[in-house]
Amino acid sequence: MAEVPAADLKTVLLDDRHVALGGRMVPFSGYSLPVQYPTGIIAEHKWCREHAGLFDVSHMGPSFLVLDQKSGDGEADHAAIAALIEPLICGDIRGLKPGQVRYTLLLNETGGALDDLMIARPAAEGWGGALYIVVNAGTKDADFQRIAAAAAGQATLNRSDHCALLALQGPEAVEVLRDVIPGAADLSFMHYGSFDFDGSKLVISRSGYTGEDGFEILVDPSHATILFDRLLSDDRVRPIGLGARDSLRLEAGLPLYGHDLDETISPVEAGLNFAVARRRRDAADFPGATRILSELGGVLDRVRVGLFVEGAPAREGAEILDKYGAVIGKVTSGGFSPSLNRAIALGFVPPDKAAPGTPLQVLVRGKPQAAEVTTTPFVPHRYVRKTAK
Amino acid sequence: MTKFTKDHEYITEDGTVGITPYAQEQLGDIVFVELPKVGQKLKAGDEAAVVESVKAASEIYAPASGTVLAINTALTGEPGLINSAPETDGWIFKLALDDAGELDGLMDAAAYADLTK
Repeated sequence: MAEVPAADLKTVLLDDRHVALGGRMVPFSGYSLPVQYPTGIIAEHKWCREHAGLFDVSHMGPSFLVLDQKSGDGEADHAAIAALIEPLICGDIRGLKPGQVRYTLLLNETGGALDDLMIARPAAEGWGGALYIVVNAGTKDADFQRIAAAAAGQATLNRSDHCALLALQGPEAVEVLRDVIPGAADLSFMHYGSFDFDGSKLVISRSGYTGEDGFEILVDPSHATILFDRLLSDDRVRPIGLGARDSLRLEAGLPLYGHDLDETISPVEAGLNFAVARRRRDAADFPGATRILSELGGVLDRVRVGLFVEGAPAREGAEILDKYGAVIGKVTSGGFSPSLNRAIALGFVPPDKAAPGTPLQVLVRGKPQAAEVTTTPFVPHRYVRKTAK
Repeated sequence: MTKFTKDHEYITEDGTVGITPYAQEQLGDIVFVELPKVGQKLKAGDEAAVVESVKAASEIYAPASGTVLAINTALTGEPGLINSAPETDGWIFKLALDDAGELDGLMDAAAYADLTK
């Protein structure tokens, strides 16, 4: 059962810290990362819901796309950089206000998701004509190539995945961070900024993938260990591994790329209509617009739903049956919810079986178990949105 | 004398089966246990139970052939007993062995300790 990471696995900057903390290192997206620390996944999960959890997500793909030639007019430069990325995605980047972060999807020509990602407009006027882009680990090489190619000759993509990316999540995250970076506590959900730390700059967004309030912090290699140690020295903070990261995002009903999203799944099927911007719908100017607009009009074969599962957890790949036993779909993420103390799952079913309360079944080890469609998130989000200034 | 399998089950002299402290440590928090049925006949190596951690399901195999005499129903409500007390309150099922001689083929504590070193 012991996992021996393959020799060619990449290590993150903070690898020695994870090992020293007793992290159980496992291969994930080509990196050796801690799946849990000695207290275990359930204790870590609950700690993050009640206090503050520190996650190392340096395997992900932070980057900056920067115009090669800026006009100096912040609005014009932003419009120019937005025009380079928008043909690849379904979000409204042009309409971002300074400092705003947006969740969006990179789509193929048939409207399938190549990745889900965050794109942000810098707050500082002098940074007009740049975008902060964070993509998933498993897809980052392909994503970066795609974005760089689309912007070739006009903008340059600078990868920042040699840095450390930390997520500080949980109801106490804001007070912990206030002690280290006072200004960051003033950010509203889905906003970001650049902050001074010990002679270095941190890129901090108020965002995350746990459903809790929290922050994601990009830190230069020279300051990664200092920042990690500083945050962890606070009694309210404990390190959290990939295991609890997954159970937290599942409870939050957030899709995981490669599982609940892939290149065959459209944003509408995945229940991410909010990510298909109004302006882009009206213009029908995004990849796969024909399919996606028709799905928005109601022509849809499958949709993502949340399921309460009775008994054993239904894992990824488990078949979903209707109440008569006919196969109607598959579980794409499933497991145990530490907060609810029961099995929960995400999966795809036909729209006429997707209403909350619909009784269904899941097949686990050949045996049907009762399941019921429920609304997501399974556990309410607790994002902190501040009134617009 | 308690014996051990390479799959990290233990079986005591009276036929009580569970997973070792090493195994529960590796699996992490156990959240669900599927038990065999009392009276079920098992051959050595048959899948007898399933323990599910937060991350994954793991099969528990019968260390020897026999009939299920008893199951630990306490695990249904409190699967974490396997983590907190794998060798006592966290036992999984009890077998009436067909042939106690089958246990001779399993590892003793010293050999098992070597395996998990």
